[in-house]
Amino acid sequence: MARQYKTLGDEIWKNRVEKINAELFTLTYGSIVAQLVKDYEDFADVNKQLEKMGYNIGTRLIEDFLARSSVGRCQDFRETGEMISKVGFKMFLNITPAVTNISADGREFSLVLDENPLAEFVELPDQAVVEEFWYSNILCGVLRGALEMVQMQVDAFFVTDMLRGDDTTEIRVKLIRYLEEEVPAGED
Amino acid sequence: MSSNASAASRLSVMSMAASLPSVGGYSSTASSIYPKRTTTNILERPLNKTRGTEVSVNAFAFLFSEMLQYTQKRVHGIQDLERKLNELGYRVGTRALDLLVWRDKNSKRETRVLGMLYFIHTTVWKTLFGKQADSLEKSTENEDEYMISDNDPIVSKFISVPKDVSQLNCGAFMAGVVEAIMDGCQFPSRVTAHTVPIDGFPLRTTILIKLDKEVLEREEQFR
Repeated sequence: MARQYKTLGDEIWKNRVEKINAELFTLTYGSIVAQLVKDYEDFADVNKQLEKMGYNIGTRLIEDFLARSSVGRCQDFRETGEMISKVGFKMFLNITPAVTNISADGREFSLVLDENPLAEFVELPDQAVVEEFWYSNILCGVLRGALEMVQMQVDAFFVTDMLRGDDTTEIRVKLIRYLEEEVPAGED
Repeated sequence: MSSNASAASRLSVMSMAASLPSVGGYSSTASSIYPKRTTTNILERPLNKTRGTEVSVNAFAFLFSEMLQYTQKRVHGIQDLERKLNELGYRVGTRALDLLVWRDKNSKRETRVLGMLYFIHTTVWKTLFGKQADSLEKSTENEDEYMISDNDPIVSKFISVPKDVSQLNCGAFMAGVVEAIMDGCQFPSRVTAHTVPIDGFPLRTTILIKLDKEVLEREEQFR
Protein backbone atom coordinates (compact mmCIF):
# COMPACT_ATOMS: atom_id res chain seq x y z
CA MET A 1 0.00 0.00 0.00
CA ALA A 2 2.81 2.38 0.89
CA ARG A 3 4.58 1.33 -2.28
CA GLN A 4 1.68 2.32 -4.53
CA TYR A 5 1.45 5.72 -2.88
CA LYS A 6 5.14 6.23 -3.42
CA THR A 7 4.84 5.39 -7.09
CA LEU A 8 1.81 7.62 -7.41
CA GLY A 9 3.64 10.48 -5.73
CA ASP A 10 6.68 10.07 -7.94
CA GLU A 11 4.53 9.90 -11.04
CA ILE A 12 2.61 13.05 -10.18
CA TRP A 13 5.82 14.89 -9.40
CA LYS A 14 7.36 13.83 -12.64
CA ASN A 15 4.46 14.46 -14.99
CA ARG A 16 1.69 16.55 -13.56
CA VAL A 17 3.48 19.26 -11.67
CA GLU A 18 5.14 22.40 -12.95
CA LYS A 19 8.35 23.09 -11.11
CA ILE A 20 10.34 26.10 -10.04
CA ASN A 21 13.63 26.72 -8.31
CA ALA A 22 13.44 25.61 -4.69
CA GLU A 23 15.82 28.30 -3.55
CA LEU A 24 13.46 31.05 -4.64
CA PHE A 25 10.79 29.33 -2.55
CA THR A 26 13.14 28.99 0.42
CA LEU A 27 14.24 32.60 0.27
CA THR A 28 10.67 33.85 -0.12
CA TYR A 29 9.58 31.91 2.95
CA GLY A 30 12.54 33.27 4.85
CA SER A 31 11.60 36.77 3.83
CA ILE A 32 8.05 36.22 5.08
CA VAL A 33 9.24 34.91 8.43
CA ALA A 34 11.66 37.82 8.78
CA GLN A 35 8.81 40.24 8.10
CA LEU A 36 6.59 38.52 10.67
CA VAL A 37 9.31 38.59 13.30
CA LYS A 38 9.78 42.27 12.65
CA ASP A 39 6.04 42.95 12.89
CA TYR A 40 5.24 40.85 15.95
CA GLU A 41 8.40 40.82 18.07
CA ASP A 42 7.04 37.99 20.20
CA PHE A 43 7.92 34.57 18.84
CA ALA A 44 4.80 32.91 20.20
CA ASP A 45 2.71 35.33 18.13
CA VAL A 46 4.79 34.59 15.07
CA ASN A 47 4.15 30.89 15.63
CA LYS A 48 0.42 31.53 15.74
CA GLN A 49 0.50 33.74 12.68
CA LEU A 50 2.45 31.20 10.68
CA GLU A 51 -0.01 28.50 11.69
CA LYS A 52 -2.90 30.69 10.65
CA MET A 53 -1.34 31.42 7.29
CA GLY A 54 -0.74 27.74 6.86
CA TYR A 55 -4.37 27.02 7.68
CA ASN A 56 -5.52 29.38 4.92
CA ILE A 57 -3.16 27.74 2.48
CA GLY A 58 -4.23 24.26 3.56
CA THR A 59 -7.92 24.87 2.93
CA ARG A 60 -7.13 25.61 -0.71
CA LEU A 61 -4.22 23.27 -1.14
CA ILE A 62 -6.41 20.22 -0.50
CA GLU A 63 -8.43 20.93 -3.62
CA ASP A 64 -5.32 21.19 -5.71
CA PHE A 65 -4.13 17.94 -4.17
CA LEU A 66 -7.35 16.08 -4.87
CA ALA A 67 -7.58 17.45 -8.39
CA ARG A 68 -4.10 16.37 -9.29
CA SER A 69 -3.94 13.05 -7.54
CA SER A 70 -7.54 11.84 -8.00
CA VAL A 71 -7.22 9.45 -5.10
CA GLY A 72 -10.18 7.99 -3.28
CA ARG A 73 -10.94 8.00 0.42
CA CYS A 74 -8.41 6.71 2.88
CA GLN A 75 -9.54 3.75 4.92
CA ASP A 76 -8.08 4.88 8.22
CA PHE A 77 -5.96 7.59 9.74
CA ARG A 78 -2.75 5.70 9.23
CA GLU A 79 -3.44 5.58 5.50
CA THR A 80 -4.05 9.32 5.66
CA GLY A 81 -0.58 9.70 7.07
CA GLU A 82 0.94 7.66 4.27
CA MET A 83 -0.98 9.65 1.69
CA ILE A 84 0.19 12.94 3.16
CA SER A 85 3.80 11.95 3.24
CA LYS A 86 4.18 9.98 0.03
CA VAL A 87 1.85 11.91 -2.26
CA GLY A 88 1.08 15.26 -0.65
CA PHE A 89 4.53 16.36 0.42
CA LYS A 90 6.08 14.86 -2.70
CA MET A 91 3.72 16.73 -4.97
CA PHE A 92 4.33 20.14 -3.49
CA LEU A 93 7.73 20.11 -1.90
CA ASN A 94 9.42 17.14 -3.53
CA ILE A 95 10.20 15.51 -0.18
CA THR A 96 8.89 12.37 1.44
CA PRO A 97 8.90 12.56 5.21
CA ALA A 98 8.73 9.24 7.01
CA VAL A 99 5.62 8.25 8.94
CA THR A 100 6.65 6.96 12.35
CA ASN A 101 5.49 6.54 15.94
CA ILE A 102 1.98 5.53 14.99
CA SER A 103 0.02 5.28 18.21
CA ALA A 104 -1.66 2.07 19.27
CA ASP A 105 -5.16 3.32 18.51
CA GLY A 106 -4.04 4.61 15.14
CA ARG A 107 -5.10 8.17 15.87
CA GLU A 108 -1.68 9.75 15.97
CA PHE A 109 1.43 9.65 13.86
CA SER A 110 4.63 11.56 13.39
CA LEU A 111 6.13 12.90 10.22
CA VAL A 112 9.89 12.97 10.32
CA LEU A 113 11.40 15.29 7.73
CA ASP A 114 15.00 14.59 6.86
CA GLU A 115 15.18 17.57 4.57
CA ASN A 116 13.10 20.69 4.85
CA PRO A 117 13.12 23.02 1.85
CA LEU A 118 11.67 25.80 3.98
CA ALA A 119 14.60 25.82 6.34
CA GLU A 120 17.67 25.87 4.14
CA PHE A 121 20.22 28.60 4.84
CA VAL A 122 18.55 29.34 8.17
CA GLU A 123 20.09 29.93 11.54
CA LEU A 124 17.88 30.80 14.48
CA PRO A 125 18.96 33.40 17.01
CA ASP A 126 19.32 32.15 20.58
CA GLN A 127 16.28 34.14 21.66
CA ALA A 128 14.13 32.21 19.18
CA VAL A 129 15.37 28.87 20.46
CA VAL A 130 14.70 29.82 24.07
CA GLU A 131 11.19 30.99 23.28
CA GLU A 132 10.23 27.83 21.39
CA PHE A 133 9.94 29.30 17.97
CA TRP A 134 9.05 26.77 15.26
CA TYR A 135 10.36 28.15 12.03
CA SER A 136 8.39 25.89 9.71
CA ASN A 137 5.15 26.20 11.65
CA ILE A 138 3.33 27.03 8.46
CA LEU A 139 3.42 23.31 7.65
CA CYS A 140 1.37 22.50 10.76
CA GLY A 141 -1.25 24.99 9.65
CA VAL A 142 -1.33 23.52 6.15
CA LEU A 143 -1.92 20.05 7.56
CA ARG A 144 -4.66 21.26 9.87
CA GLY A 145 -6.41 23.25 7.15
CA ALA A 146 -6.21 20.57 4.50
CA LEU A 147 -7.43 17.78 6.78
CA GLU A 148 -10.27 19.89 8.09
CA MET A 149 -11.55 20.22 4.54
CA VAL A 150 -11.73 16.44 4.32
CA GLN A 151 -13.72 16.13 7.52
CA MET A 152 -10.90 15.47 9.97
CA GLN A 153 -10.15 17.76 12.86
CA VAL A 154 -6.52 17.32 13.76
CA ASP A 155 -3.90 18.91 15.91
CA ALA A 156 -0.54 19.27 14.22
CA PHE A 157 2.51 20.56 16.03
CA PHE A 158 6.27 20.41 15.94
CA VAL A 159 8.01 18.15 18.40
CA THR A 160 11.62 18.65 17.36
CA ASP A 161 13.37 20.79 14.78
CA MET A 162 16.88 20.53 13.45
CA LEU A 163 17.13 24.32 13.39
CA ARG A 164 16.93 24.25 17.18
CA GLY A 165 19.73 21.79 17.50
CA ASP A 166 17.67 18.61 17.68
CA ASP A 167 18.58 15.55 15.66
CA THR A 168 15.45 15.41 13.59
CA THR A 169 12.57 17.55 12.44
CA GLU A 170 9.34 15.93 13.58
CA ILE A 171 5.71 16.98 13.30
CA ARG A 172 3.14 15.17 15.42
CA VAL A 173 -0.35 14.87 13.96
CA LYS A 174 -3.20 13.92 16.30
CA LEU A 175 -6.70 13.13 15.15
CA ILE A 176 -9.20 14.82 17.41
CA ARG A 177 -12.40 13.74 15.71
CA TYR A 178 -14.07 13.17 12.42
CA LEU A 179 -16.33 16.03 11.43
CA GLU A 180 -19.88 15.52 10.31
CA GLU A 181 -20.95 16.86 6.94
CA GLU A 182 -23.08 19.88 7.64
CA VAL A 183 -25.83 21.00 5.34
CA PRO A 184 -25.55 24.75 4.81
CA ALA A 185 -28.29 26.72 6.55
CA GLY A 186 -31.22 27.58 4.32
CA GLU A 187 -31.25 24.33 2.39
CA ASP A 188 -33.47 21.38 3.09
CA MET B 1 37.89 30.87 17.34
CA SER B 2 34.40 30.00 16.22
CA SER B 3 34.04 27.48 19.05
CA ASN B 4 34.92 30.19 21.56
CA ALA B 5 32.27 32.42 20.11
CA SER B 6 29.60 29.72 20.33
CA ALA B 7 30.68 28.81 23.84
CA ALA B 8 30.40 32.44 24.81
CA SER B 9 26.92 32.67 23.33
CA ARG B 10 25.90 29.55 25.21
CA LEU B 11 27.19 31.07 28.43
CA SER B 12 25.28 34.25 27.85
CA VAL B 13 22.02 32.33 27.32
CA MET B 14 22.55 30.26 30.45
CA SER B 15 23.21 33.29 32.62
CA MET B 16 20.11 34.96 31.21
CA ALA B 17 18.02 31.89 31.98
CA ALA B 18 19.39 31.62 35.51
CA SER B 19 18.46 35.19 36.31
CA LEU B 20 14.88 34.80 35.07
CA PRO B 21 12.25 34.05 37.70
CA SER B 22 10.41 30.88 36.79
CA VAL B 23 7.36 32.39 35.20
CA GLY B 24 4.52 30.08 34.30
CA GLY B 25 5.21 28.64 30.89
CA TYR B 26 8.95 28.66 31.31
CA SER B 27 8.97 25.98 33.97
CA SER B 28 7.50 23.45 31.60
CA THR B 29 10.25 24.11 29.09
CA ALA B 30 12.98 24.41 31.69
CA SER B 31 14.84 21.49 30.25
CA SER B 32 15.02 23.08 26.81
CA ILE B 33 16.09 26.51 28.02
CA TYR B 34 19.70 25.58 27.44
CA PRO B 35 19.76 25.15 23.69
CA LYS B 36 21.79 22.19 22.67
CA ARG B 37 23.10 23.92 19.56
CA THR B 38 24.63 20.97 17.87
CA THR B 39 23.85 22.53 14.50
CA THR B 40 26.84 23.21 12.29
CA ASN B 41 27.95 26.78 12.02
CA ILE B 42 25.90 28.39 9.27
CA LEU B 43 29.01 29.62 7.54
CA GLU B 44 30.29 26.07 7.19
CA ARG B 45 27.23 24.51 5.67
CA PRO B 46 27.45 23.37 2.06
CA LEU B 47 25.82 25.76 -0.37
CA ASN B 48 25.55 23.47 -3.35
CA LYS B 49 23.29 20.97 -1.68
CA THR B 50 20.16 22.73 -2.84
CA ARG B 51 21.43 23.84 -6.20
CA GLY B 52 18.99 22.76 -8.87
CA THR B 53 16.42 21.43 -6.43
CA GLU B 54 12.82 22.13 -7.26
CA VAL B 55 9.46 22.55 -5.66
CA SER B 56 6.11 22.84 -7.34
CA VAL B 57 4.86 26.13 -8.71
CA ASN B 58 1.70 25.64 -6.69
CA ALA B 59 3.59 25.65 -3.42
CA PHE B 60 5.18 28.95 -4.34
CA ALA B 61 1.87 30.36 -5.58
CA PHE B 62 0.11 29.48 -2.31
CA LEU B 63 2.92 30.99 -0.30
CA PHE B 64 2.96 34.15 -2.39
CA SER B 65 -0.78 34.59 -2.15
CA GLU B 66 -0.67 34.23 1.64
CA MET B 67 2.12 36.76 1.72
CA LEU B 68 0.01 39.17 -0.31
CA GLN B 69 -3.04 38.68 1.89
CA TYR B 70 -1.00 39.22 5.03
CA THR B 71 0.59 42.36 3.64
CA GLN B 72 -2.70 43.71 2.37
CA LYS B 73 -4.14 43.76 5.87
CA ARG B 74 -1.35 45.89 7.19
CA VAL B 75 -1.05 48.60 4.59
CA HIS B 76 -3.12 51.51 3.38
CA GLY B 77 -3.09 51.95 -0.32
CA ILE B 78 -1.49 50.47 -3.39
CA GLN B 79 1.78 52.35 -3.13
CA ASP B 80 2.34 51.05 0.36
CA LEU B 81 1.54 47.52 -0.72
CA GLU B 82 3.99 47.72 -3.57
CA ARG B 83 6.60 49.10 -1.22
CA LYS B 84 6.12 46.21 1.19
CA LEU B 85 6.36 43.69 -1.63
CA ASN B 86 9.49 45.43 -2.76
CA GLU B 87 10.92 45.05 0.74
CA LEU B 88 10.11 41.35 0.81
CA GLY B 89 11.71 40.91 -2.57
CA TYR B 90 14.72 42.89 -1.43
CA ARG B 91 15.55 40.30 1.22
CA VAL B 92 15.32 37.54 -1.33
CA GLY B 93 17.51 39.46 -3.74
CA THR B 94 20.44 40.07 -1.39
CA ARG B 95 20.69 36.39 -0.58
CA ALA B 96 20.13 35.27 -4.13
CA LEU B 97 22.95 37.56 -5.24
CA ASP B 98 25.33 35.97 -2.74
CA LEU B 99 24.46 32.50 -3.95
CA LEU B 100 24.69 33.34 -7.63
CA VAL B 101 27.98 35.15 -7.41
CA TRP B 102 29.50 32.40 -5.31
CA ARG B 103 28.44 29.75 -7.76
CA ASP B 104 29.45 31.69 -10.84
CA LYS B 105 33.11 31.25 -9.98
CA ASN B 106 34.55 32.03 -13.36
CA SER B 107 33.17 35.44 -14.04
CA LYS B 108 34.59 38.79 -13.05
CA ARG B 109 32.68 41.36 -11.08
CA GLU B 110 30.46 43.50 -13.28
CA THR B 111 31.47 47.13 -13.42
CA ARG B 112 29.66 48.32 -16.52
CA VAL B 113 25.94 49.00 -16.51
CA LEU B 114 25.21 46.95 -19.56
CA GLY B 115 27.16 44.00 -18.22
CA MET B 116 25.23 44.20 -14.98
CA LEU B 117 21.88 44.34 -16.69
CA TYR B 118 22.83 41.47 -18.91
CA PHE B 119 23.78 39.46 -15.82
CA ILE B 120 20.34 40.09 -14.36
CA HIS B 121 18.56 39.42 -17.62
CA THR B 122 20.23 36.06 -18.17
CA THR B 123 21.81 34.50 -15.08
CA VAL B 124 19.51 35.82 -12.36
CA TRP B 125 16.31 35.20 -14.25
CA LYS B 126 17.47 31.78 -15.41
CA THR B 127 18.32 30.63 -11.89
CA LEU B 128 15.34 32.07 -10.09
CA PHE B 129 12.60 31.74 -12.67
CA GLY B 130 13.87 28.98 -14.92
CA LYS B 131 14.19 30.99 -18.11
CA GLN B 132 15.88 34.12 -19.34
CA ALA B 133 13.97 37.34 -19.18
CA ASP B 134 12.29 38.15 -22.42
CA SER B 135 13.79 41.48 -23.29
CA LEU B 136 16.29 44.06 -22.17
CA GLU B 137 15.73 47.58 -23.43
CA LYS B 138 17.11 51.02 -22.92
CA SER B 139 14.66 53.85 -22.67
CA THR B 140 14.88 56.36 -25.48
CA GLU B 141 13.56 59.23 -23.39
CA ASN B 142 15.80 59.05 -20.35
CA GLU B 143 19.48 58.25 -20.17
CA ASP B 144 19.19 56.50 -16.86
CA GLU B 145 16.30 54.13 -17.46
CA TYR B 146 16.44 50.54 -18.58
CA MET B 147 13.71 47.94 -18.83
CA ILE B 148 13.71 44.20 -18.39
CA SER B 149 10.52 42.45 -19.42
CA ASP B 150 9.07 39.10 -18.57
CA ASN B 151 6.16 37.85 -20.63
CA ASP B 152 4.85 35.38 -18.14
CA PRO B 153 6.08 36.06 -14.63
CA ILE B 154 5.43 33.20 -12.23
CA VAL B 155 4.74 35.47 -9.31
CA SER B 156 1.72 37.04 -10.98
CA LYS B 157 0.54 33.91 -12.73
CA PHE B 158 -2.02 32.85 -10.16
CA ILE B 159 -2.91 36.27 -8.81
CA SER B 160 -6.08 37.95 -10.00
CA VAL B 161 -6.18 41.67 -9.38
CA PRO B 162 -9.61 43.18 -8.68
CA LYS B 163 -10.61 46.20 -10.75
CA ASP B 164 -10.41 48.70 -7.94
CA VAL B 165 -6.75 48.01 -7.36
CA SER B 166 -5.93 47.53 -11.00
CA GLN B 167 -2.74 49.52 -10.70
CA LEU B 168 -1.25 47.02 -8.33
CA ASN B 169 1.47 44.94 -9.74
CA CYS B 170 2.73 41.90 -7.95
CA GLY B 171 5.84 42.20 -9.98
CA ALA B 172 6.84 44.61 -7.21
CA PHE B 173 8.26 41.51 -5.58
CA MET B 174 10.48 40.88 -8.60
CA ALA B 175 11.38 44.55 -8.64
CA GLY B 176 12.59 44.19 -5.06
CA VAL B 177 14.76 41.25 -6.02
CA VAL B 178 16.32 43.23 -8.87
CA GLU B 179 16.81 46.28 -6.70
CA ALA B 180 18.68 44.24 -4.10
CA ILE B 181 20.93 42.77 -6.75
CA MET B 182 21.64 46.17 -8.27
CA ASP B 183 22.41 47.64 -4.86
CA GLY B 184 24.55 44.68 -3.93
CA CYS B 185 26.68 45.11 -7.02
CA GLN B 186 27.16 48.81 -6.38
CA PHE B 187 24.65 50.05 -8.94
CA PRO B 188 22.20 51.90 -6.70
CA SER B 189 18.90 52.46 -8.45
CA ARG B 190 15.16 52.72 -8.04
CA VAL B 191 13.35 49.73 -9.45
CA THR B 192 9.64 49.46 -10.11
CA ALA B 193 7.37 47.05 -11.92
CA HIS B 194 4.72 47.85 -14.48
CA THR B 195 2.24 45.74 -16.37
CA VAL B 196 2.55 46.30 -20.09
CA PRO B 197 0.30 43.77 -21.77
CA ILE B 198 0.88 42.97 -25.41
CA ASP B 199 -0.85 40.59 -27.76
CA GLY B 200 -0.78 37.09 -26.43
CA PHE B 201 0.84 38.02 -23.13
CA PRO B 202 -1.66 39.77 -20.90
CA LEU B 203 0.53 39.40 -17.84
CA ARG B 204 3.67 40.88 -19.35
CA THR B 205 5.53 42.77 -16.68
CA THR B 206 8.26 45.29 -17.24
CA ILE B 207 10.82 45.99 -14.56
CA LEU B 208 11.88 49.61 -14.85
CA ILE B 209 15.35 50.32 -13.51
CA LYS B 210 16.18 53.94 -12.89
CA LEU B 211 19.87 54.27 -12.15
CA ASP B 212 21.16 56.80 -9.67
CA LYS B 213 23.16 59.75 -10.84
CA GLU B 214 26.44 58.46 -9.45
CA VAL B 215 26.18 55.32 -11.55
CA LEU B 216 25.79 57.38 -14.71
CA GLU B 217 28.72 59.58 -13.76
CA ARG B 218 30.87 56.54 -13.17
CA GLU B 219 29.79 55.10 -16.47
CA GLU B 220 30.79 58.31 -18.20
CA GLN B 221 34.29 57.97 -16.88
CA PHE B 222 34.62 54.60 -18.48
CA ARG B 223 34.07 55.97 -21.96
